[in-house]
Amino acid sequence: MTTAQKSGSGTDTIGNHGTGEGADESAGSSAPGAALSVSVWRGGPGGGRFHDYEVPARESQTVLDVVSWIQQEAEPALAYRFACRVGMCGSCAMTVNGVPRWTCRTHVQRVAANGRLQIAPLRNLPVIRDLAVDMDPFFERWTAAEGRFHPGTTRHDPMAPVDPASPARREADAAIECINCAVCHAACDTVAADPDYLGPAPLNRAWTLLNDAKDEGRDAILDAVAGRGGCLSCHSMGSCTRHCPNGLDPMRAIAGLKRATALRALRGRR
Amino acid sequence: MIRPHRRHPLWLAFALHRVSGLLLALFLPAHFGLLGTALNGAEPLDAALAWTDNPLVKFAEFGLVFLLAVHMFGGLRLLALEFLPWSPRQKTLAAAAVALAAATGGAFALQLV
Repeated sequence: MTTAQKSGSGTDTIGNHGTGEGADESAGSSAPGAALSVSVWRGGPGGGRFHDYEVPARESQTVLDVVSWIQQEAEPALAYRFACRVGMCGSCAMTVNGVPRWTCRTHVQRVAANGRLQIAPLRNLPVIRDLAVDMDPFFERWTAAEGRFHPGTTRHDPMAPVDPASPARREADAAIECINCAVCHAACDTVAADPDYLGPAPLNRAWTLLNDAKDEGRDAILDAVAGRGGCLSCHSMGSCTRHCPNGLDPMRAIAGLKRATALRALRGRR
Repeated sequence: MIRPHRRHPLWLAFALHRVSGLLLALFLPAHFGLLGTALNGAEPLDAALAWTDNPLVKFAEFGLVFLLAVHMFGGLRLLALEFLPWSPRQKTLAAAAVALAAATGGAFALQLV
């Protein structure tokens, strides 16, 4: 096994941890036995810089495997976050070669540019330390977008019928598998430019609830997403849809919210 | 240099729409300034219009027509995205908007020759 080598020649990147190059999907792979050149951003809220490591290349290696190897073999104090390792919990998202990705399901072979990886924390969220970001601003936006179920009945009432084939249920089903990884939040340039913008994932959640036959909070949801920083702030750049690791289409959900808010305004209800 | 997370067709369509809008906004004062010369009689306006017969200005008009067309077709795409039933073919629609703008600009350039 190659011994990890930490060099002191990292690039100063204070306040600019999201940049990177060579995220081409067709980038070359590393042969087994070779070493990967990995730059990992280390620092805190005040800034930091990239540190370089050499990591042994393995077959079917994921980016999370690489980060874990560095933490276990070279840099025990490296802070990062993961849990399930199978693409369900949404906690391991990082910026890999400039692109936000879920690292547990991202194979190194698919993203390494000439055997090089640059790994940084997610954009648009405050850094706690190293690769771990504070997710509070992300989940606060879920709350602000009324991204919670609004019950209208009690346990004594009959259950509302849900037709799986209805257009509304199909819309909800198409958007419901969000794992809260914040990849779309990090990819969105409107989030970066507008601190009031709710962001793709909370608006996508609001869209699923708006199409849920059991949810009774239609007006509350539309009030939340029609205001300042709501769905009308979206510029339809499509980066959320392009980078969503679960293949969801938040841009479609936000367009649906725009239609719903416009329709309500035309009917003179708000 | 476009950052890696922006390297996809719909972000480029957004950038083209924004840049064409800004350039058209810069053009508008010149446009109104030229029309405003008519307030002082026909002669100043005719002199300004004679300047626009310069081949270089004519060629620049091709760029202007392309900007107008790409902003208009791109804007129609966005209106369709926001007000019509959803279509998953957004990349195709963005490409079609650019193609229509290129055809419009090209037709204008051909009639210059």
